[in-house]
Amino acid sequence: MVQDADITLIDDNGIRFDGRQTDEMRPVSMEVGVLHNADGSAMVEIGKTRILAAVYGPKELHPQHLQDQTTGILQVRYNMAPFSTEDRQKPGPNRRASEISLVARKALEPVVFLEEYPMTTVKVYIEVIEADASTRATGITAASLALADAGIPMKGLITACAAGKVGDSIVLDVASKEDSYGEADVPLAMIGGTDDITLLQIDSSGLTHEELDEALRMGKKGCEYLFEKQKEALYRQYSQVIT
Amino acid sequence: MTDQETEKTIVIPGDALEEEGQLRGGINTYTENGSVYAKVVGVRDVKRQQVRVIPFKGRYVPKENDLVIGSIAKVSGTSWIVELNSPYNGLMTLSESTEEFIDLDEHHLSEFYDVGEVVLVKIKRVTPKKHVQLTMKDNMARKITGGRIIEVSPTKVPRLIGKDGTMVTTVKDYTRCTIIVGQNGRVWIKGTYEDLAERAIRKIEEEAHTDGLTDIMSQWLEQELGTTETIGDD
Repeated sequence: MVQDADITLIDDNGIRFDGRQTDEMRPVSMEVGVLHNADGSAMVEIGKTRILAAVYGPKELHPQHLQDQTTGILQVRYNMAPFSTEDRQKPGPNRRASEISLVARKALEPVVFLEEYPMTTVKVYIEVIEADASTRATGITAASLALADAGIPMKGLITACAAGKVGDSIVLDVASKEDSYGEADVPLAMIGGTDDITLLQIDSSGLTHEELDEALRMGKKGCEYLFEKQKEALYRQYSQVIT
Repeated sequence: MTDQETEKTIVIPGDALEEEGQLRGGINTYTENGSVYAKVVGVRDVKRQQVRVIPFKGRYVPKENDLVIGSIAKVSGTSWIVELNSPYNGLMTLSESTEEFIDLDEHHLSEFYDVGEVVLVKIKRVTPKKHVQLTMKDNMARKITGGRIIEVSPTKVPRLIGKDGTMVTTVKDYTRCTIIVGQNGRVWIKGTYEDLAERAIRKIEEEAHTDGLTDIMSQWLEQELGTTETIGDD
């Protein structure tokens, strides 16, 4: 990407480079049951970020030493397609993908009743098809839809979105440019319909306590909005089944 | 969300299932702070002061006394491991497979059931750690040969069997097939119109949530049978 020192991410009227208000999300679309081979699947698009999630299981867990007689486990793989970014993404796992796989698993685990399936695994694949920031949050949102679609028992859905700081403003749903040139990125995952947070990360070059509070407030609003979209996607998919 | 025509409510995980505290939580629900919530995506169903969720999807989890169709995955010295279309395999010991005395010096277990062969077995016991013990000591249990085996979603099995077996009996009668539905979603079909039986079962699976499906299926089978017989006569 060409370095552009003069880029204006947010103007004096509080309008962002892509014409959004500070608390406005990019266009969202969600679809459930997009893959036939998977037990559950979902596609979530937020702006130009497009993520496919697939769930398989519960199934027998191998290698055997990972098996747990008291509970099943969740195995999450976050992966970026080589063509998902402007510069080619080297295929295969890397430090960043391992970290996101881990935090995504920890964000999803609190709602899944894994203890009902001892000795097994539920595999979750998060594939980033196109990346324009907020991929970990969007990946978690997609994964939770795919888990529900697979018929895995859950306490609720997990919804995630990212707030951030651009210039001196706190903004919702950071886009790639804002992520690269902005001041902070705060991904947040919540249990839908509750105040419970299952993921909170801060990647920042300076964020005050007050700004974090504001980012959390905004992120929560974003999650509420996405939660409605998630419910809509599931109801839409299954209304087709019963009619 | 309520579907006005059929009055079926689709629920998703976390949806509250009742507000007045009148109903107890049944299968696929959980209770928190006195309220009952859905655990899976499905249809809300109330019966005898109990609210439950009939799931759309899900894997089969072995249950005691279920009759299932499994395939032999491994033969060892004194037992068989049986694959059950489930996260858990079943174990069938020699003593559970027959009443007769078998001299293991003379015979190997693969002479009775070999890898890849299909058996209709009963689940004798499931331990809390999900060890599944199988038995052939049931009138229905046997080795399955001939015909065909198809897989349907385990969550659709109750619909496929119907109330007191009416649905599967309808299909059996029209297609002149023996049909055995394993609780694990495997269905064995053997008889005159196997193709038609398979298509009928696929149709039931697809339209599982339609009301009065048994009658619809009778009509459909009668109609299809007309065309099948014409082709058969040529």
